Order: sequence, then structure tokens, then C-alpha cells
Amino acid sequence: MQKKYDVIVVGGGPAGSMAARFAAEQGATVIILEKDRDIGYPVRCGEAVSKVGIEEFIEPDEKFISTTIDKFSMIAPDGTEVVLPSEQIVYILERRIFDFELAKQAANRGVEIITRAYVNGLLFEEGKVCGVKFEYKGEQHELKSKVVIAADGVESRVGRWAGIKTHIDFREMESCVQVTASNIDINTNTLYFYFGKEIAPEGYLWIFPKYNKSANIGLGVSGEIGRKRSAQKYLDHFMDKHYPNAPILTQIAGGVPSSITLDKISAPGIILVGDAARQVNPLSGGGIVSGMIGGKIGGTIVGEAIIKNDSNHILTYDKAWRDRLGRRHEVFDRIKNSVYSFSDEKFNSLAQAFSKVPIEKRTLGNLFKTALINKPSLLIDIAKVFVFK
Amino acid sequence: MGKYVLMLLIEILPNKCDFCGCCVGVCPEDAIELKEAEIKIDEVLCTNCSKCVWSCPIEVLKFNKPSKTG
Repeated sequence: MQKKYDVIVVGGGPAGSMAARFAAEQGATVIILEKDRDIGYPVRCGEAVSKVGIEEFIEPDEKFISTTIDKFSMIAPDGTEVVLPSEQIVYILERRIFDFELAKQAANRGVEIITRAYVNGLLFEEGKVCGVKFEYKGEQHELKSKVVIAADGVESRVGRWAGIKTHIDFREMESCVQVTASNIDINTNTLYFYFGKEIAPEGYLWIFPKYNKSANIGLGVSGEIGRKRSAQKYLDHFMDKHYPNAPILTQIAGGVPSSITLDKISAPGIILVGDAARQVNPLSGGGIVSGMIGGKIGGTIVGEAIIKNDSNHILTYDKAWRDRLGRRHEVFDRIKNSVYSFSDEKFNSLAQAFSKVPIEKRTLGNLFKTALINKPSLLIDIAKVFVFK
Repeated sequence: MGKYVLMLLIEILPNKCDFCGCCVGVCPEDAIELKEAEIKIDEVLCTNCSKCVWSCPIEVLKFNKPSKTG
């Protein structure tokens, strides 16, 4: 370890690795501090990404792709199933291998990485962030940098220490549980989504097939629901009903900040990327690719600021993110809020109506248009996102 | 005597936590510290608002009503 780096990245998930890589590509010296023992583990995620989404960053490789998906299946509360072809190829990843590969990409560009390094404070100089305090092997250390990139995930504390309000409203936190179960007999090219008050109110339950008849089965519920009944109870109920004796290979908990991006994701000497910045798609809950995009934009801008020796340049990150995805996430958030308010009867009638549409005309855009036909203002949003892209 | 002291009423049930960070993410006071496999609540910062309890997916956190004598 050196005495000082241009950039310290807190957190070695996809957003942190990408931020580190792109800052290093600009010529900055970079170190990643990861609190856990391993990069990529424990996995806290359903592991679905689109092919085009990851291709911007890494060549798809069978060593981290568990299954390839080309269909969605939506299951309404009364059991009516609507299958629709996916407009994009989707992959279910092996995150523990995928994250490892992303970190190696960063490492190959000169980024240093330390695991089990727990960041517990920031250093300041004239009101500007200038490094971190961290615990490593039982000892407290300080490390200086020109910029800190907070990629510390859903718990996001680093930003708070710099005065950025990062805590998420409990109603917007999707608290999730997931099992990886084995001997599950489903189509290996299909993602399954279950909706309804009994299964996953204000959220959905997913079944994502993985290699050799295993599957990620999980759900998220908002804090408003969790107040009365936990995500765990909802998942136990589903598993007892549908897969009572399935062998369970893994069980995990995790949180998805299902909101629009924070108002402010940069401050003097610090930027936030990924879940820490709330860069998750609030409709799908997907955060891998959007976090990587946030990391790329943020890392590049930070690298440029270092090379140009212009510390104010990092403050342009907010707008760059908003132009690329932030504004689109605001649209997704409005659609999400409408879908959350659906009754079970609405889901049922929608599924029944949509199952009469010929399969070649079934698109996600059409599905949302049918669903939200009584909300003209949202139809424009839907067209923006799903029709014109 | 008579001095009002806010007691910590949130309890972390032992051996249940998966260290996922939901509670930390929703805590308005930054009162929860999460390391790799260690979690604790700062009793000075905590206001017993219970948002962490509602957001825990696996029922690790519990709000204990204060007893009348306490």
C-alpha cells in the first residue's frame, strides 16, 4: 500500500470496480477497500442482467453466465399466466464469478485491492473530503486521497459522513429474501414473476432459473408491508405452497433501494456510485448494470479531474448521470408507483386481457400500456421508455 | 431523579442476522454499524423510531415496549 492515492474506492461490487477501472484508465492511482473477505461474496441479488447492458463493460463469458433467457412469464394472483418474448437477451449470472472478473479488470489496469478493510470514517481538510479512516487486521489506519468514491452499497454510510443525505425512506426500501433451490422444474429460458397481495404486496416474487435445474426464488416487500409481515414470512408461505421439499442451496437477505437517485451524488472530494447513490432501476429493482454505468461515469469524471488537476470537475457527475439514466429512472419510478397501487382484480383482468393478444404483439411496452390505460400522463412515459427507447 | 433518559428499545436478536444492510440503509440517524459479520446499534444516536425493525427482511430486529416500572 502506498501512503496516498489519487482515488480511494469504498466497496468492491460492480459499481466500485467500474469506478476504479475507469478512474485508472484516465491515469489516476486507485485503491479499492472492500469490507468483506471476498469480492463477489456474499451475493445479495437475483443476478439478472441484459446482454446489451453488460456488453458495454465485459465480453459475455460462460464462466459467469448461468443461463440465457429469452422469455418472461407473468403470473397474476388468480394463476393466469402470460408469457411474452423478451426483446433483449437476459443472462442470469454467477455473481461471485462475475464480480471477481470485474475486479480483475480493474486490477489489470493498475488498481490495488484490499479485502477485509472496513472503512469507518472520513478525513477532511478545509471542509473537503481528503481520505478515509479504516480498520484492517484489528488496527485502525488512515489513508489520504484526492477523491473518495463511495460504492458502499445499500447501507451507504460513507456519503452521510460527508453530509450527503443518503438514508432511504423505509417505504422505498424493498427488503428481500431469496433462496437458491435445486431440483426446480421450470423452463430454463424463462424469468417468472408472480404478483399479488398474497404473494408479494408492493413488490413481486421472482423465479430465475440457474444451471442444472436450480433457481433463484426470491421476493421483496416494501417497509410499509414489512411492518406487518416480513419478507421471510411471505417467501416461506410461497415455498410451502409451491416447492415444499425443494433442497435449498443458499438463503440470503438483501435490500434494494427502490427509489429515484439521490438529489446530490457529489460533494467536494467525494462522489457516490451504485446502490449507495440509489442508482437502481426503481421499477425492476435491477441495479447491476445501472450501478456499473454510474461507476463508469463517475470513475471517468474523477479520473479526468485528477489529470486536469481540477477538483471542481467532479461536481459535473450529477448532471452526467442524470442525462444518461437518472431522468429515465424518474419515469420508471412513476410507473412503479402506479403498478404498486393495483388490486389483485386488476392484475387478474390485465393478465386475462393480455393473454388474448397474439404472442408476436406481446411486448413489455404494450403490457404497461394496457395496464395503465386509465392514466394518460403515464402513457407518454411508457412510450418514452419502452417504445422509442 | 426525574431526568428523562431515552432507553434503547430496539433489540438485535442473536444468531439471526445475515448482515444485508437494510436496517443501516433506512436508519435516519446513522445509528447502526455493520461490519462484515458484526452489527450493533449506537444507543446514544438511536431514537427507537423502529424503521430498521420494519425493514428487516428476516425479523432480526425487535422493538421492546418499555415496561411501566422502567
